[in-house]
Amino acid sequence: MGTKEDDSGRTQTAATTTATASAAAPTASAAAGTSPAAAPGDGPPGAGGARGRRERINHMPGAGTARAEAISAGRREMLSDAHRNQIRSLAERGVKRPRIGADAICEAVLRQGVDVFFGYPGGVVLPFYDVLVDYPELRHILVRHEQGGAHAADGYARATGKVGVCLATSGPGATNLVTGIGNAMLDSIPIVAITGNVVGSLLGKDAFQEIDITGITLPCTKHNYLVRDPNDIPRVFAEAFHIARTGRPGPVHIDLTKDALMGVCSAEHPETVDLPGFKPTFEGHFRQIKLAAQEIARAERPVILAGHGVLIADATEELRELAEKAQIPVAHTLLGVSAIDETHPLSLGFVGMHGWKHVNRTIQSADLLIALGMRFDDRVTGHVPTFAPYARIVHVDIDPAEIGKNVAVEIPIVGDVKRVLMALLPQVEPVAPERRAAYLREIDEWRAESEQASWHGSGAWRNGQLSADYVVAKIGQASGHDATIVADVGQNQMWAARYAGFRRPKSHISSGGLGTMGFGLPAAMGAAIGRPDKETWAIVGDGGLQMTVQELMTLVQDNIPVKIALLDNHKLGMVRQWQELVYAGNYHSSHLLGPDWCKLAEAYGVAAFRATTPEEVEGAIAAARAVDGPALVHFVIAEQQNVFPMMPAGKGLSDLLEEQFEEPKQ
Amino acid sequence: MSLTGTPGPAPDHSAHPAPAHTAPPARALPGGGESHRHVLVAIVLNKPGVLNRVASLMRARNFNIETLAVSHTDQPEVSRMTITLRGDDVAIEQAAKQLYRLIDVLKVQDVTGEPTVEHEIALMKVRADERNRGEVLTIAEMHKARVVDLAAESLIVEATGTEAEVDALIALLRGFGIKELVRSGTVVMSRGAGSIEEAVKR
Repeated sequence: MGTKEDDSGRTQTAATTTATASAAAPTASAAAGTSPAAAPGDGPPGAGGARGRRERINHMPGAGTARAEAISAGRREMLSDAHRNQIRSLAERGVKRPRIGADAICEAVLRQGVDVFFGYPGGVVLPFYDVLVDYPELRHILVRHEQGGAHAADGYARATGKVGVCLATSGPGATNLVTGIGNAMLDSIPIVAITGNVVGSLLGKDAFQEIDITGITLPCTKHNYLVRDPNDIPRVFAEAFHIARTGRPGPVHIDLTKDALMGVCSAEHPETVDLPGFKPTFEGHFRQIKLAAQEIARAERPVILAGHGVLIADATEELRELAEKAQIPVAHTLLGVSAIDETHPLSLGFVGMHGWKHVNRTIQSADLLIALGMRFDDRVTGHVPTFAPYARIVHVDIDPAEIGKNVAVEIPIVGDVKRVLMALLPQVEPVAPERRAAYLREIDEWRAESEQASWHGSGAWRNGQLSADYVVAKIGQASGHDATIVADVGQNQMWAARYAGFRRPKSHISSGGLGTMGFGLPAAMGAAIGRPDKETWAIVGDGGLQMTVQELMTLVQDNIPVKIALLDNHKLGMVRQWQELVYAGNYHSSHLLGPDWCKLAEAYGVAAFRATTPEEVEGAIAAARAVDGPALVHFVIAEQQNVFPMMPAGKGLSDLLEEQFEEPKQ
Repeated sequence: MSLTGTPGPAPDHSAHPAPAHTAPPARALPGGGESHRHVLVAIVLNKPGVLNRVASLMRARNFNIETLAVSHTDQPEVSRMTITLRGDDVAIEQAAKQLYRLIDVLKVQDVTGEPTVEHEIALMKVRADERNRGEVLTIAEMHKARVVDLAAESLIVEATGTEAEVDALIALLRGFGIKELVRSGTVVMSRGAGSIEEAVKR
């Protein structure tokens, strides 16, 4: 039975044979078989003597065959500069050098409107770096670790809505990208990750720095490609960018063999792509939309739950219109932060495991949940059987596979959130504020209670040390709630989402699905490059910063003005919190030492400031903002502070733990 | 409220009054239904690595493939997969939707319960000598199976039919001793004039 694998095997062999047939011809005799005409003195020591001349042995498996010659040629090509000299000498003589695969990549990326990418060179991608000088309009940021490159592309994509691009060499370069690719997959971020690989004829030979990277990225990309022919590059890149940004966005990985990068490319860039298996649904079904409008008209306690999809679809205006027209309060998920201006009277706040208690109470008492562009993650729902027990659910998502995956819903609508809302809005009956007065008043009472319990009761001090939520709120205020705030993962992430105060769409960037520690700094780097018109803050913990701290050097080399707020509690704070609340205070491996952060930052050439008391906070933030370039503020915060409220694992949104303040305020 | 007690405080349901017009809470988890055998037909692009993508997805999403048969179709750029797996209706619907997310997958159809022709082929090497060969031959004949190889100690029976028919024949021949068994996996085609491939023709 002819399987795909059979086909693949056959195609590969055929391609190798054709590609090398002409090259093999002139040199075939040199390497072919055993050579009886070995030169005298060429033999092994002592080979003269009585035994006479020995025959030389060629150890190349299958020596003499076209396949063996192709492998030999491939090995030569891995180190050879002949090809390079050939094209460069043409250029020196004023002759237009041939266009190679690497050129096609630069052209393709520029055609897609990308003018910056994050990369790290290495053996097999050198042909690419060799031509990069001919594309001055394409800015290359040399990161210090490939993971940083992937996260930076991710941050760039989130801040701009454009496709982020990162590049790495084969082997370890490629595997280092994987965390960043996985992160983009879980959060639906459009990035194109480019890797080099060994020469095509050496694939499968475990050549130096060869790894089956397309096999590795297969389950954590939206799609991936292995390109062996330079003439495939224009088509593949056009498809990759289209797939990455269309429908539910996601990462696309393109692996290119070294000979595909070096080979002459004559193919033109296509104007359109032909992907018969990729046809996302954008328009919601009119009947479902009509049903949703009827549900909204009937509902007494409706809530909108806005997710990342609202931001991706650029539907924040439509969201606000719907909320105002039908007087529906808007809650948001972690990745939905900044989908609505938090000062809007109908903005409810952050939902879920560490969400505001009044938000979770509203969800739990709602009779209609309008879920827009979100996927009912377990951090949002908690124990599903007790989630929103009185609510009927309208679920709008562009990915049909999200409908009914985690939560059974009454009215599914598959489509782009913006287009669905545009179709829904005219059908929604305007609701007078008086009709919701009692409902909204009750929420306001809950909100007052919840804010008192979660934060405002605690003030700027915790256990005689600086309180993290105070610091985050001050950063939000100082930047006029207009800066892009990029969080790392853990307590700092929850504090950033809860207390910074977001008003501008896409001003909040956070690693939601994968929860990647070390994300903050490199992602902020990408965000700052993508939106140079906006101030960029990275709010990171001391654990996460130690994972990707080397990118400080990138900030300096490329003068990327990221301001880093390091919330240093000498702890893996969220781990410590779980150990306190779930593992009976067994604090194993959650206490971690860090360097002298200010000295470290200064060693990198990054301006550094320290704040240990509430009085110093505003001054330190102002000092960092005044620096023309990157700066770090080392906030020494309370070691024991937890993020509250907290939904214990396996419990529901009604079971939140709240903090008790035993300590008198200082 | 204690912060340290491992069992958290009792849920405070009084804070969430039920609206008067709704029924008491009972949010069903998706996929709590009865598990049974499903047959999916997937039309995919005939490209290297597509089988790997499908298999990898099913593994990653925790679906257990029972049989998988892949072959060319009459369109050179298109291949056809027949996948049988067990699960409740919601889980299988989820599997089909996840398959749709693959760029190389053109169409997926759950043909379970539809009128179809469903067949697989099985080869069994059965222990049989002159004493019981006749009995084996009779059983094979009654199941419309063919004997395709004959040796002194054994013979090979080729059977085609539905999974259940092949299962039945295997159960009967097991008594004689099955030395080897290979099954192709189910292939299926809907009855009538409709064509799943027609839908993807360009």
